[in-house]
Amino acid sequence: MKQVYERPRSLKPAHFHYCPGCGHGIIGRLIAEVIDEMDLREKAICVAPAGCGMLVYNYFDIDTLESAHGRGAAVATGIKRVRPGNLVFSYQGDGDLAAIGTAEGFHAANRGEPITIIFVNNGVYGMTGGQMAPTTLSEQVTTTTPSGRNTVTAGHPVRICEVFAVLDGTAYLERVAVNKPAAIVKAKKAITKAFKVQLNGKGFSLVEILSPCPTNWKMSPIESCRWIDDVMAKQFPLGVVKDAT
Amino acid sequence: MKRLMSGNAALGEAAVLAGCTCYFGYPITPQNELTEYMAKRVPEAGGVFIQSESEIAAINMVLGASVAGARAMTSSSSPGMSLKQEGISYLAADELPAVVVDMVRGGPGMGNISPAQSDYFQATRGGGHGDYKTIVLAPGSVQELTEIVPLAFDLADKYRNPVIILGDGMLGQMMEPVSFDNIKPPKEYPKDYILTGAKGRPSRMVRSLLFDTKEEEEHNWKLFRKYQRMEQNEVRYDTFLLDDAEMVVIAYGIGARIAKGAIKRLRQENLKVGMIRPITLWPFPAKIIKEAAQNGAEFFVFEMSAGQMVEDVKLALEGKGRIHFYGRPGGVIPTPIELFRVISRHYYQSRRGKK
Repeated sequence: MKQVYERPRSLKPAHFHYCPGCGHGIIGRLIAEVIDEMDLREKAICVAPAGCGMLVYNYFDIDTLESAHGRGAAVATGIKRVRPGNLVFSYQGDGDLAAIGTAEGFHAANRGEPITIIFVNNGVYGMTGGQMAPTTLSEQVTTTTPSGRNTVTAGHPVRICEVFAVLDGTAYLERVAVNKPAAIVKAKKAITKAFKVQLNGKGFSLVEILSPCPTNWKMSPIESCRWIDDVMAKQFPLGVVKDAT
Repeated sequence: MKRLMSGNAALGEAAVLAGCTCYFGYPITPQNELTEYMAKRVPEAGGVFIQSESEIAAINMVLGASVAGARAMTSSSSPGMSLKQEGISYLAADELPAVVVDMVRGGPGMGNISPAQSDYFQATRGGGHGDYKTIVLAPGSVQELTEIVPLAFDLADKYRNPVIILGDGMLGQMMEPVSFDNIKPPKEYPKDYILTGAKGRPSRMVRSLLFDTKEEEEHNWKLFRKYQRMEQNEVRYDTFLLDDAEMVVIAYGIGARIAKGAIKRLRQENLKVGMIRPITLWPFPAKIIKEAAQNGAEFFVFEMSAGQMVEDVKLALEGKGRIHFYGRPGGVIPTPIELFRVISRHYYQSRRGKK
């Protein structure tokens, strides 16, 4: 019998801890598939964040480091400068990159560090129980915006790709989603492209991935996937935001 | 051959000669000469220099370079050191080597840019969150600074732990003749933990999150045992005219330099005053202090702070021995004459008390 689907070599035989319907599992698998297909398993170094994505090091069968909350881009910079021949990427959530680690991400991008950030945007702080993230939409209810996010007092949803796009150091920025098969195919292509940009020495690359969080959105997995298209993608338009390669 | 160099520049040169290939720093007075020296010198030597966006970024770049296998250093001064504590805690938890320089200035808060010794607690008590320690080295001259830098890198690699060099604005800025002739090329240390890409070996993970409390507890005990080995093996101090001393000055770094001038004058007047100068502030040279107390000496602790090391002296003496304290916080640099007066007053008072 022909085997048509198997665990990527770059994933350990472990069970994901993610909640049902969460996008992290899909994203982790996509990254592992891309690493396998580009034959990078022995070259890849992943910097894990604080947050739901933290435990990627339990799943990726590649060298991994757990960074302090938000410091992924600075740590990745240190690794990449010492080992320019490796594929160095950080895996960061929206609190990690768009709040506490904005300075580190912004300046790594501005220096044009040849690293890749996989930026998982699910609009909430997942691991800590569904508090407001910088990417939380206007009027969106979270545990710290119980009446919905009031942009007058709590600010506006941050579009990281668009912010980074104005920096001359950024080479490739794309926003994708993992809410349906066609989107997942695009997400995989974006990750592949971002890694190629890094390996070809073109500079800084980032893939922002809109990812469902049914648990904290208080929706079913299917409703969550629909909500990404119907609501979230209006604030965070999908597509290539910058390609300077 | 000797060269006339500032402490900051000499520190940088010694680091490069000791195999430091990565320097990351953010400007702050009074240590800018070091960052500027490294900006030129490290790339010349084929290494990595980045002026980071913050002290937080700098210490995390150090962490990245360290986990990638390089000898990495960052430097700052007091307010910047507060920002680095998060990263130092992670370095200790991840058991990664690094050298961190603090050219201390007057504090708290913004303070000023004058020399001080008020970061003693921060440096010797870990400084960041969690149960950890860092080796703290306190040089007292520019020449000693150049000798302590290679030692700092070796200790960091030997124990896989961050090492702090605690200087001050004066040590960093003053110029003295200095020789680098004794710095040897770095030794090889096992690097079986670094991240290089999992080529021909199982993948590695470096982390400090341990959800299982038993696992976290064992990790803490493992670190604790390492700190015990440091306490057994790495205590360093210097003594000056200690043998017949009735009054033993305890001071470190530039404070000890000033005290030494005072002691020379006191000896000219036949006052039996000597000194114990801790070179490692952690692990603290408690044993020699205790021994001096057994010989009946009294102690005079001098610090350019309101009194921090004096607590370690009290702990060392375990309630035995009499301690006098004199402190000048806020960036004030007392003269040897001032210390001469204060020490001789205590000396005569206690002599009267004994009669």
